[in-house]
Amino acid sequence: MKHATQTPAPAAARDRREPAPGRGAGSTRRRPARRSGQWAAWAFLVPVVVYLLVFYAYPLYRNVDLSLRNYTVRSFVQGDAPFTGLANYAKVVRDATFGPALWHTVVFTVVSLAFQFTIGLALAVFFVRNFRLSATLRALFLVPWLLPLIVSSSTWSWMLDSESGVVNATLKAMGLGPVNWLTSPDWSLWSVTIANIWIGIPFNLVVLYSGLQAIPSHIYEAAALDGAGGWQRFRRVTFPLLRPVSAITLLLGLVYTLKVFDIIWIMTKGGPSDASTTLATWSYRLGFGNLLPSFGPGAAVGNLLIVIALVFGLVYIRAQRRQVGA
Amino acid sequence: MESLDRGRRVAGLGLVVLVVAGGLTACSGDSGGDGAGASAGASQAAGGGTYTIWDPYPQFDDSSDWVKLLTQCGTQAGVTVKRTGYDTTDLTNKALLAAQQGNSPDVLIVDNPVVSTLADAGVLTSTDETKIDTSAVSPNLLAAGQLGGKTYGIPIGANTLALYYNSDVLKKAGVDAASVKDWASLTAALEKVKAAGKKGITFSAIGTEEGSFQFLPWFWGSGAQLTKLDSPEGVAALSLWTDWLKKGYAPNSVINNTQTTSWQEFATGDFAFAENGTWQLANAKKTGFPYGIIPIPAKDGGTAPAPTGGEFVSMPVQKDTARYATTQKLVTCLTSTDNSLTTTTTLSYIAPTEQVQAKQVEQNPELKVWVEAVKAAKGRTSDNLGTKYPKISEPMWKAMQAALSGSQPPQEALTAAQSAAASATQ
Repeated sequence: MKHATQTPAPAAARDRREPAPGRGAGSTRRRPARRSGQWAAWAFLVPVVVYLLVFYAYPLYRNVDLSLRNYTVRSFVQGDAPFTGLANYAKVVRDATFGPALWHTVVFTVVSLAFQFTIGLALAVFFVRNFRLSATLRALFLVPWLLPLIVSSSTWSWMLDSESGVVNATLKAMGLGPVNWLTSPDWSLWSVTIANIWIGIPFNLVVLYSGLQAIPSHIYEAAALDGAGGWQRFRRVTFPLLRPVSAITLLLGLVYTLKVFDIIWIMTKGGPSDASTTLATWSYRLGFGNLLPSFGPGAAVGNLLIVIALVFGLVYIRAQRRQVGA
Repeated sequence: MESLDRGRRVAGLGLVVLVVAGGLTACSGDSGGDGAGASAGASQAAGGGTYTIWDPYPQFDDSSDWVKLLTQCGTQAGVTVKRTGYDTTDLTNKALLAAQQGNSPDVLIVDNPVVSTLADAGVLTSTDETKIDTSAVSPNLLAAGQLGGKTYGIPIGANTLALYYNSDVLKKAGVDAASVKDWASLTAALEKVKAAGKKGITFSAIGTEEGSFQFLPWFWGSGAQLTKLDSPEGVAALSLWTDWLKKGYAPNSVINNTQTTSWQEFATGDFAFAENGTWQLANAKKTGFPYGIIPIPAKDGGTAPAPTGGEFVSMPVQKDTARYATTQKLVTCLTSTDNSLTTTTTLSYIAPTEQVQAKQVEQNPELKVWVEAVKAAKGRTSDNLGTKYPKISEPMWKAMQAALSGSQPPQEALTAAQSAAASATQ
């Protein structure tokens, strides 16, 4: 849901530049009413600001605080956890799980994004030519997105079950040996990645589809007149004009994929022996997956994830600005 | 004008900050108010009042025998009981948060391995303090709630693990269940079952506490101690499981099985054995094939100690210690010999006292094997491990997963686990 409201962002940014000079003129004319208008503006702003502070800033602050203190169950209850600076971060980074978890996160995210985007774009290009039942078909493609994650990941884990799963049954029917999808250290990361790609395609499809519709058809016509073939039209027209939408799709996909937790936890619990552990599942396991929670390191891993997402967000804004400047 | 504008902006921002700060202090004021409300309620409690009980049995609603028993105990103590059922995993976090906020429930019924953690955090009162009589309870069950010589609650009932078998499959394979007395005879039986075209045994070796719970009967049954994971005995236990997987006596899916999915595999009727708990007894009747239950054999014969499951009735620390007297009546009511039979039957547990266990077997002879298993069982946090147990359990299940998935041989996996556990428990 969140994605849907954020996607028109580039369009809005473009609009904002144009009426800017007009606004200044309007404000000088309305000077007497301005003071009360300002108060009203603040009054409208307060609920949002309070909401942001209570539900975003404060939890974030608490999470940072949690990661900087040595919390045990005892000090959590008594509220007297000693401040230990970056000790939790040092502990997490030195942990034997950190390297593999980071690597799995990178592989999981990059592979997921690459396939989600490619398949999503291919489907969007396919659906942009309206044909009979295309709307119905497109709606069907949304199903993975509409299903609750617990349902889709449980279904995937049944399908991939090495003992009674339908995938292995099919492989057997085709004369191939069974694969221990979820229980072999060589396969479990691929299994959860495949499931995640399947879940992420609809999002890419929808956003890229709406991006494609925004490209005026006369450009294609002009290109066709100039003698551009199908592939050339895609490469020289569609792809460059779709760049802003592609960028935001990839960024949102990245943020979303970095923090994927439920699919992995339900399918493999990050196992066997950490073979599919990502930073997100590791953070959860530190905080809640054991009888004895270690809140501090758990929060530290969570914060590292936020920082990674933030870095890519900044890269995006930078690229966006350069594009606007050019 | 520019500066005026900025001035206004600063003023506005200041206003926002003030409002927010006001909101926050209002919030903290509220929580203070809650505390006051709770203690006001407490002082009324002398003549009646409301007592809160949290339990991990959300499956029971107000019309269930369990809640009726709670209400009845409240009436006897002259108070109103307010009961809330939480999911087991949720309950621990809820209890910790409540303790942090100073509004713990009067009675907390909580999973036994959590008791020592909560006690160590100073959340629970000891039975000396609240004068709860634990003398009738079997010592092996009580041990899970003991830390540093003190007891922090009383078991409401116990369950544990044993081996279910499918009589049809065993008959077809020519195996007599009574012949399974040690690891060698069990492995021999599995070999015959496999030769007869059926599947051997299913269990849960998932990478969570559930996996450790299922591995412990074999680990302890070999004579190994949790304080030394990589002893030859421990390696023998892990090798037993690993070999079963290699030879195809157990399916590869056990690595990802919870106890529920493992039971589903057994319920297909293809498996000869399944390691599972007392709680599946009702489901066993629904499978549609004849079944039996044997205790889990130790390496060289006899019954292996399985870990105890089941909850403890505990009394969280209250600001108003005057409440303890009434709470003690409630706890005693729930665990008294007369009510214990009702409680354990309702929750499908084995009673924690020998007297009631005898009554249970009298009523339902099928429970005999479970009573035996509970007698041999051992708390995971026993041997004064307490809060060290979770730090040992995690490396143990990791080693288990590494060995079963073939990424490390058992010896190597357990050596790594032992060094991880040793550094974590220091």
